Amino acid sequence: MLLCSVAMHELSIAMSIVELAQEEADRRGGVQIKAVYLRLGLLSGVVKEALLSSYEMACVDTPLQGSQLRIEEVPVQVFCRQCNAQRPVHSTQMFCCSECGTPTGEVVQGKELLVVGLEVEE
Amino acid sequence: MSSSTRMIEVRQNVLKQNDLVARALRQRFHDAGVFVVSMVSSPGAGKTALLERTLSLLRRQFRVAALVGDLATENDAARLARSQAPVKQIITGTVCHLEAAMVQSALEGWRLDDLDFLFIENVGNLVCPSSYDLGEDLRLVLMSVTEGEDKPLKYPTIFNSADVAVITKIDLASAVEFDAVAANCNIQAVRPRMTVLDVSAKSGEGMEEFLNFLQSRRSTARAQGVSPDPRALAAPD
Repeated sequence: MLLCSVAMHELSIAMSIVELAQEEADRRGGVQIKAVYLRLGLLSGVVKEALLSSYEMACVDTPLQGSQLRIEEVPVQVFCRQCNAQRPVHSTQMFCCSECGTPTGEVVQGKELLVVGLEVEE
Repeated sequence: MSSSTRMIEVRQNVLKQNDLVARALRQRFHDAGVFVVSMVSSPGAGKTALLERTLSLLRRQFRVAALVGDLATENDAARLARSQAPVKQIITGTVCHLEAAMVQSALEGWRLDDLDFLFIENVGNLVCPSSYDLGEDLRLVLMSVTEGEDKPLKYPTIFNSADVAVITKIDLASAVEFDAVAANCNIQAVRPRMTVLDVSAKSGEGMEEFLNFLQSRRSTARAQGVSPDPRALAAPD
């Protein structure tokens, strides 16, 4: 049941990606999209593998059919007041600075769900 | 083949549509002076029971209302209607979470000016709701004592997207040998300094503290003005 709903979640995200990419392509004079580049934060709530298979499904019967989704996973970084710097977290089960161990919940990176580029053919 | 490929740089948040609607809702809520609290948890953690008790108690002093999300039934709205507060069910069908646009359309015809508190009960799910800002002021994540102390470690994303953790069914804590210290450690591990409240909607234990907490957060929010998207996804850099 939960697996079903997770896949459903990724499918709706994938459909938004297809829609958004197509809008961008249309705005640039109807270029053909070969690949969509996505930055996916580890705290985005979206699972990479499920998104990849959903993407294929979401592309069916759209101009993006046959295109690739290239995902760059973005690790979680927090702002550590002790180090006064942006640092990776120990893990998503342990939100503390990986350098000095200070607990911190100030997430500055890792929630991204961002289309950053399109590879197009003219 | 004479065609050539090239890269186009784009910077678009996939959930921008939801975020835009959520931002507009947040402004509307603020202008109307209504404090909006959303609740997320796994199915069966006791969202509806806590909400039912909360509505009954708060409405003695405040104007309260609730929206409840469910995949298929209207049972929750029927339960909550016993509190006499205005309640509307949002049936999401196959969608596993609430989105800002669903909240927006459910509110059609409601006068927000006439409310002090609006509660939004999300679909029982600890995964998907984390990505969607609903324009709420406060997001509560509930976990019941029967679920196991490691829930936060299993679902760090949703705990991280929430403002406050509420441990429910606390009247059952000793019967199920709930380890409160371990649970709190796990919550703090995924969300340092998170406020944790214990309640039992059944026995009433912790309810007074819970309601006081909501009231004090409402007063603070009213004094501060509209908050800049506390749950927005990281902005393009």
